Amino acid sequence: MEIIKSRKEYDAVIVGSGAGGGMSAKILAEQGLNVAIIEAGPFFDPAQDQYRTQLRPPWESPRRGYGSTRAFGDYDAAYGGWDIDGEPYTQADGTNFGWFRSRMLGGRTNHWGRISLRFGPLDFKRKDWDGLGDNWPISYEDVKPYYDRVDKMIGVFGSKEGIFNEPDGFFLPPPKPRLHELYYIKGARKAGIPVIPSRLSILTKRLNNDRGVCFYCNQCNRACQIYADFSAGTCLIFPAQKSTGRVDLYVNSMAKEVVTDGDGKATGVSYINKEDGSEQEIKGKVIVLGASACSTARILLNSKSSVHPDGLGNSSGMIGRYLHDSTGTGAAALVPELMDRTMYNEDGVGGLHVYTPWWLNEAKLDFPRGYHLEIWGGMGMPSYGIGFDTTNLNSHFNDTVGGYGDKLRKDVKRFFGSVMGIAMRGESVPQYNNYCELDPEVKDQWGIPVLKFNYQWTDYERLQAKHAHDTIESIFDAMGAIKLGNKPGADSDYGLMNPGVIIHEVGTTRMGDDPATSVTNKFNQLHDAENVFVVDAGVFVSQADKNPTWTILALSIRASEYIVDQLKKQNI
Amino acid sequence: MDRRESLKTMLIGALGTGALLNGCVPGKENPKKLQDIYDFSSYGRTEEEKQRDADVFADNFFTDHQLETVAVMCDLILPATDTAGSASDAHVPAFIDFMVKDAPSWQDDFEIGLRWLDGYSKQKFGYDFVLLTHDQQMVIIEEIAYPDKATEVTQPGVDFYREIRNITLTGYYTTQMGFDDLGYVGNRPNVWDGVPDEVLKEHGLEYEPEWLAKCVDQSKREVTAEWDEDGNLIS
Repeated sequence: MEIIKSRKEYDAVIVGSGAGGGMSAKILAEQGLNVAIIEAGPFFDPAQDQYRTQLRPPWESPRRGYGSTRAFGDYDAAYGGWDIDGEPYTQADGTNFGWFRSRMLGGRTNHWGRISLRFGPLDFKRKDWDGLGDNWPISYEDVKPYYDRVDKMIGVFGSKEGIFNEPDGFFLPPPKPRLHELYYIKGARKAGIPVIPSRLSILTKRLNNDRGVCFYCNQCNRACQIYADFSAGTCLIFPAQKSTGRVDLYVNSMAKEVVTDGDGKATGVSYINKEDGSEQEIKGKVIVLGASACSTARILLNSKSSVHPDGLGNSSGMIGRYLHDSTGTGAAALVPELMDRTMYNEDGVGGLHVYTPWWLNEAKLDFPRGYHLEIWGGMGMPSYGIGFDTTNLNSHFNDTVGGYGDKLRKDVKRFFGSVMGIAMRGESVPQYNNYCELDPEVKDQWGIPVLKFNYQWTDYERLQAKHAHDTIESIFDAMGAIKLGNKPGADSDYGLMNPGVIIHEVGTTRMGDDPATSVTNKFNQLHDAENVFVVDAGVFVSQADKNPTWTILALSIRASEYIVDQLKKQNI
Repeated sequence: MDRRESLKTMLIGALGTGALLNGCVPGKENPKKLQDIYDFSSYGRTEEEKQRDADVFADNFFTDHQLETVAVMCDLILPATDTAGSASDAHVPAFIDFMVKDAPSWQDDFEIGLRWLDGYSKQKFGYDFVLLTHDQQMVIIEEIAYPDKATEVTQPGVDFYREIRNITLTGYYTTQMGFDDLGYVGNRPNVWDGVPDEVLKEHGLEYEPEWLAKCVDQSKREVTAEWDEDGNLIS
């Protein structure tokens, strides 16, 4: 195939427009670099009506929000999901890994729950604490200044709590708890479990003049038309384009590999133009990979040359290794006090107003690492699924299940907003034997070799899920709530969800001081190619029970400023 | 006699032998297609999704007779009340007609269920379900609407009723009519400032002063955030 090469050489070519790539584009462009962003999906701007799903009532979707094409429903802003036509991945025997991809400007930052937690001092040094896995080569103190800047640049609400491993930041004020959250606070305290205001990157107060202030529609997952929540397109890339004019976007462009010269130095990125299927190449002095942990690993593994026969950056054989996702499980309950509710607008922000951070670092438990608890519930907008077996809830009160007419209408009203849930999200222990690699045979629709996943949970994660169910049960019991569904047992790994389901997969290009056991150095720079950087969660040595985005953003600032510094010093 | 009763009487009165011979039910003309009722030209779709929608809209699954039966069932499940319209007033049959094409996992349930329903109706009353009188239809509904009452004979009908009841309720409560019936008042811009006082009182709850002190002061939401060096919000 003829490869069309652009004549323009950029200072930096960034692959991926999510949290890592978006932040890098902003920092580099503001420092005077000319930047190209290669994005596999289309342009997206929730302020334009053609892209908007926010504030649309269910009947504007013919399927009332059902997820025929989007994993989280019609109105979720994230295009794509765990399965994408033409872009398969494969599994080793016994592996059941789910790989969520969102092909669009802003990537998965258009979907996530905006839970924005800093990693704490322990989270960077877990090996020191429990002897398992590896420490990061950096500490909380190294990252803290960048977290501070992310807080002020993007905005996150929360409260100063002074909890050692849940560091405070520069918070906007949190919203007041909703009714079911007040019941949760009561129950959790009775069960001896702490609750604090949640920490989400949603603007409850004006941050700057580029973005609006939250109008409480509960729909952050639909992407905000006034940019009151964080996504990489609206909060990083658009402002950078506007203020610098130095960011060129190449959308619908599927990165294939990093191109290197005869000395093994990176010179650009080749990609498939999805509009006409042609292969093209963009030249750059520096290559920044923010394609997501697994996509970046795939691109690097596919970047084979005589100097880098096993893939670029892979002299250690570590690319793809230590892949790990957060643990996840949860349960739901019916709260009798929340039946037959007085109706009022309780939408609030798009997500929880309160949560439980991990509280047992000092306890002796039969599993390592911890988890936090997320709360859901309330009188959310009816959408596809409302009324499904609602009448069955009558069985808890010896009332009639089934019927028609007024009886059914009464059931729907009786139980609307009465069910709430608690979701656990925890830290797994990274394993060398959990990894992604290139499938030797299968290729995607453009002929690019695809990833094959190898992943097994260990008893560390299973026992953590077991503990979480005990905790959740104790809270529901303290609330006087009626637990729905059976408590999962050993036969179902205590309800532990498959890896990849929580969409916090990290670790495939981990950072470290030793080039034999890590892919990048502590500035996200490949040990094997000094002008190639990874700014997504591939560099994570361990994924705390915290959501990864805030750490991706902080490390991307740090890495991008290092790039500028190294360019100035002519080291790269 | 309330409005519902009078409507029912009118319907039974109008249901003469002519209607039976013609095999159609008055007031139950073939429901329009969902895309003829609502405007789906812009709800944030990608190009691929637009194409997929067009394909599903152009497709057909139900026969006229099946769709007619679905429409009759929907209105037996949710007839009009004094204050709220019926399932077909909320265009639920057209919604179901779309959903079975969009999510084909429904198709077997409907194929099998509708066939069972007509078979049982014929066996019991000699005609397809739509040709029965309202009272006859209600005899069958009473037999299949309650899982506890299922017998070996009616179990397939009970299973089908559950499916069509579920999708009817979803189709109804995801419309403006359903919102109004439920009293749902969200999905509109507002400045949320906590659970209303009267609701807190109703539940014997209150916001703790210490917790409240951390929360947003909505009178200052438009004041640009500023912090001191220790991260205390000072604006």
